[in-house]
Amino acid sequence: MADKKPTKGSKQKGAPVSAGAGSRSLSSHLPPVVEPGYTMATVADKISEVVLTQNTPRGWYIGLAFSFALTMLLLVSITWLLVRGVGIWGINVPVAWAFAIINFVWWIGIGHAGTLISAILLLLRQDWRTSINRFAEAMTLFAVACAGLYPLLHMGRPWLAYWLFPYPNTMGMWPQFRSPLVWDVFAVTTYLLVSLMFWYIGLIPDLATLRDRSPSRTGRIVYGLLAMGWRGSARHWHRYEMTYLLLAGLSTPLVVSVHTIVSFDFAVAQVPGWHATVFPPYFVAGAVYAGFAMVVILAIPLRRFYGLQDFVTMRHLDHMARIMLATGLFVAYGYMIETFMAWYSGSVYESSLMNNRFTGPYAILYWSLLLFNVLIPQGLWFARVRSSTTALFMIAISVSIGMWLERFIIVVVSLHRDFLPSSWGMYYPTFWDWSMYLGSIGLFFSLLFLFLRFLPMISIFEMRTLLPESEVKEDLG
Amino acid sequence: MAQIFHPSTNTFSKVSIFGAVFLVGGLLWGLAVVNRSGYATQAGVAREQPVPFSHRHHSGELGLDCRYCHTSVEDSSSANIPPTQTCINCHAQIWADSPTLEPVRASYRSGESIQWVKVHDLPDFVYFDHSIHINKGIGCASCHGRVDEMNLVRQVSTLQMEWCVDCHRNPAAHVRPKEEVFNMSWFTQDQEALGARLVDEYHIESRDDCSVCHR
Repeated sequence: MADKKPTKGSKQKGAPVSAGAGSRSLSSHLPPVVEPGYTMATVADKISEVVLTQNTPRGWYIGLAFSFALTMLLLVSITWLLVRGVGIWGINVPVAWAFAIINFVWWIGIGHAGTLISAILLLLRQDWRTSINRFAEAMTLFAVACAGLYPLLHMGRPWLAYWLFPYPNTMGMWPQFRSPLVWDVFAVTTYLLVSLMFWYIGLIPDLATLRDRSPSRTGRIVYGLLAMGWRGSARHWHRYEMTYLLLAGLSTPLVVSVHTIVSFDFAVAQVPGWHATVFPPYFVAGAVYAGFAMVVILAIPLRRFYGLQDFVTMRHLDHMARIMLATGLFVAYGYMIETFMAWYSGSVYESSLMNNRFTGPYAILYWSLLLFNVLIPQGLWFARVRSSTTALFMIAISVSIGMWLERFIIVVVSLHRDFLPSSWGMYYPTFWDWSMYLGSIGLFFSLLFLFLRFLPMISIFEMRTLLPESEVKEDLG
Repeated sequence: MAQIFHPSTNTFSKVSIFGAVFLVGGLLWGLAVVNRSGYATQAGVAREQPVPFSHRHHSGELGLDCRYCHTSVEDSSSANIPPTQTCINCHAQIWADSPTLEPVRASYRSGESIQWVKVHDLPDFVYFDHSIHINKGIGCASCHGRVDEMNLVRQVSTLQMEWCVDCHRNPAAHVRPKEEVFNMSWFTQDQEALGARLVDEYHIESRDDCSVCHR
């Protein structure tokens, strides 16, 4: 019976969702998180309409077709890689790590904003996270999927990837637990699994809403299976809240730990430019920086295209811009300390590395990095810039490029000239390096377009808790 | 709105969630078993040879020493497959007209080697050396089994790295007095004490770093 009156019925029990009510009064001087004039039903209408409509917008088809074409390029590149081996890339001694690792770190970093939004901001009761957490979490998953491709393909024999896991194998060997590359396996796998659970559990009440609203029988069956029998009873909500909170607690350390371990891949080695104690915090800040830039890159076109300006308001964009500014300053501090330590250490290798960054063959990339990642984002100090979607979008793009360049500098520029001048060399990306990179961007956006079409991109039931209606119930209770 | 799912779906879904754990666990366990079985390792499969040479007859019943044929086992990485001339030493007079031995005589006349089928075939990236094992007191039977009881030789061990490494990590469990290396039926009740003493006496190091076998 309970599932017959889903939209309102389920929501009355849903009132205990805590993300919203408390902090709203505190931030009353800010623009609202949801524009006024919405009710429980209209919120659900507006968000579920995107999924349940029979008329898929043409723009969606164009976007998917373009991304899918790039995904095909990825498949071609992977096939050719498996046929010919990693020699099709520009890598060789001394630069044996290049695009594969750069892109791995770049994608993993992008994922971090989703986890930060869903876990830390939930625990901190930042109600504005509600309208962006769903697609930010989806972004995390897709970014981790893209990231995971690279180390596997870089191994040369990806079909033996299961050797990375400790299991009682016929070789009588365990992985080298002293290597951060093995910690990486655990960090990334945990990250993927926890993010997936977090995202899926958050979806369950909305999947039930879609099940109940779907006009087609297929839709009801598919969403019904995915909703796992959700009826919105008080017991369901109680368990849901508990699970969600526990998962948030579980995800919180992951925001910090995953990229810390990724930074250990470098920092544990002795190569000048890698061996630095500032790496873990500097990497984590860079990850959040890049991640929020990607959320902004996605949010600005999405809210316009689907007319969701009432849900993803200027206030959200403003908050995200501030976080970008703060983390961007951490990152700039990291660059500063690297340069300072190169001088202060008195090590000839460290200082020659810095010299090489400033004036070496890749110097243009280092100066572009400072431009894209440090100089341009300073615009975010100004409220006028933060309230202009165009300016924000451009700055977010600049940060994405900058963060990619940062990883290029760390990986390639450190490796290509190490201790022995006799072993110096240059790295130039090949066509297949670029095609893999573009292809993974295509994969990311293909997954994202499918997500937008088949799942609610904003959490319906959590949005309802932000409505004035939901506050009344506390008085009744 | 009618119910989409029959009430029995509840039970079904609970059982399938619970069962998935056992299903995945069982599959992994099954894989591990198959991987170590004779199906994957070819252990226990007797190989047909161009001439039905019986180790049981020559080594077990007649009592030939292993080194009569496998001459280089003490000084070389390879134990050596004997040339046809070694067979002819005896078979010029014994069973000299046997039709079974015609391929041996044909090989002797023409000088073409008999193409014996290799039973213990290690991967090419493993550098195995017989001499060091023999000289440190590892008996033939420890790896090859009771060859003196086999008509056609078969592999008794998995030859998987796990099997090599087990002994390399704890040689004391398998080492024997040097004078007993070629004794197929040697056995001691007190391997533990003897092994510990011999490891000491023969200066056997427990070596399991990669480059011992992979160079």
